[in-house]
Amino acid sequence: MSTEAAEIEGPDILKEWVGKPRVYEKAFNPELYHEVQQFIFREARLQDIHDYDAWEALWTDDALYWVPANGTDTDPERQMSLVYDNRSRIALRVRQLKTGRRHSQTPPSQLARVISNFEFLKSEGEDIKVMCNAQIFETNMRGDTMWASRNEYSLRRIGGELRMAYKKVVLINNNKAIYTLSFLV
Amino acid sequence: MDGGFKPKWDELIQPGRVHGSLYYDQGIFKEEVEKIWFRTWVYIGHESEVPQKNDFVTKSIGPMPVLMVRDMKGEIQLLLNRCPHRGNAVCVQERGNRARFTCPYHSWTFANTGELINYAFPEGYKGTDKSQLGLGKVTRIANYRGFIFGSMAAEGPTIEEHLAGAKRCIDQLCDNSPTGEIEITAGFLKHRTRANWKFILENECDGYHPAFVHSSIFSVSDSAIGDLYGDNAVAVTRDLGNGHTEVDPRPEFRRRDKPMSWFGTTPERLPDYVAQMNEAYGEDRARQIMIDGTPHTMIFPNLFIAEIQIFVIEPVSANESIQHSTAIQFKGAPDINRRLRQQTMGSVGPAGFLLADDTEMYERNQRGLEIREPEYLFLKRGEHRERRDEDGYRIGHSTDDLPSRAIWEHYREVMEDK
Repeated sequence: MSTEAAEIEGPDILKEWVGKPRVYEKAFNPELYHEVQQFIFREARLQDIHDYDAWEALWTDDALYWVPANGTDTDPERQMSLVYDNRSRIALRVRQLKTGRRHSQTPPSQLARVISNFEFLKSEGEDIKVMCNAQIFETNMRGDTMWASRNEYSLRRIGGELRMAYKKVVLINNNKAIYTLSFLV
Repeated sequence: MDGGFKPKWDELIQPGRVHGSLYYDQGIFKEEVEKIWFRTWVYIGHESEVPQKNDFVTKSIGPMPVLMVRDMKGEIQLLLNRCPHRGNAVCVQERGNRARFTCPYHSWTFANTGELINYAFPEGYKGTDKSQLGLGKVTRIANYRGFIFGSMAAEGPTIEEHLAGAKRCIDQLCDNSPTGEIEITAGFLKHRTRANWKFILENECDGYHPAFVHSSIFSVSDSAIGDLYGDNAVAVTRDLGNGHTEVDPRPEFRRRDKPMSWFGTTPERLPDYVAQMNEAYGEDRARQIMIDGTPHTMIFPNLFIAEIQIFVIEPVSANESIQHSTAIQFKGAPDINRRLRQQTMGSVGPAGFLLADDTEMYERNQRGLEIREPEYLFLKRGEHRERRDEDGYRIGHSTDDLPSRAIWEHYREVMEDK
């Protein structure tokens, strides 16, 4: 399902992505590649070790964190998503996890994720757009679960540091019935 | 198999206590498939999910998939996705729009009314009566205010008889829409749960757990749900008959006497919706509807109307289930619909602030039953304070086990063939 960006009533950052083709960047900038890769590896590590505050600090003020259901290019302003968080809902998610009474994360999932297949996209604005794949191994009281996703980021340089303005996680099996997903994906 | 497996239902289900095997025994699960899922009325889907002629969507009746179709004449059909020839699936898409289904194996083609139109190389079937080779169908189908129910039994109660007191709850829900109609258009989150379907069924009107299971989100947000389920709550639980149960918060909302308080907001914040409601019902009636809000009702065995969302429970096996959840939309009311979706997305599904933790409890319960002592679960909370409301329905405190007792009484009747 494709959607015209003009129809989207959601956050502005969404309009930069939804309904537009992904144009891959052919030029290779090794320094930027390294910097972006290190940033995303760090995000992965913070998620794996449940360092919620440090992870939350990676987001910009206009952030959008989106985990769609039932496809890749759905319209989150019309269709249900697994996660569709603006900045304040990201903060709420983190606050809930930090209570220690988020039962589905008490004890927390034990996690290791592998991030690979980085590809840069052409970007109209200042934001750096990058895509990558993730595989996550989770083990918790239920048992072991493998997750796989195609991720999209808009990264922005603020005060010399990279931050996340947009992260979309397209789980490969997001059209199927999936187990509880209460760790940070 | 007949005659071999005969559970002693009167021993397994006693007043205020039920045996653990009811939640893990595969033999009991098979009995449930026959006696509940393939006999009584089961919720299938909402007519708004197939708005156009030839639309179809995959649903289920118990563990069996069902194609809910709006056929070429505009009628809703519930077709079984099994080619009468060799059993192949005639459709592998989850949803779409098509007038015909063709089996890929030998190219038998069916109209979306179920009739066999053609098979390949028809000479080989000389003299065969095609009319006997259509797709199977769910035997009976009923539509109550857009909610489609199916029953595999040729005879039995009507849908109105089956819904009993729960009919009022569907009416109450639809009344909250200025057009009197709700829509299910946002797609479903599908949450796989390694637990028996009845743990989900019983939890839906369990008002005892929110203060504990959901304390994490209540403590960091300004959710007012917690007030409904405290020790001093005036909300009640109700046995609506035939295994249907509700938590009825209207006493609390009527005490507050504030329109839209049920939704945690005010009329000022939803001016278009409120104007539409006043226009549709007149100011007095609209005000009452907007004070009372939407219901919190579990319609046995699988449709949970949870104020602003619905859940459909799909049993997979004795120890595996799928919860399907989505936002309710009020037809023609876009300003409230966005909030209904946003709030639903925060709450439900595998990553939801509420449902991830409910589901964690179901799975821990299921594993707990592998410990065989004590054998029975204890469901007597509030037995001493059950009473009747003015309409004769059994009611209890919002935190009492009354809904579980009502569910198990009905369950026993169904399983005993009474």
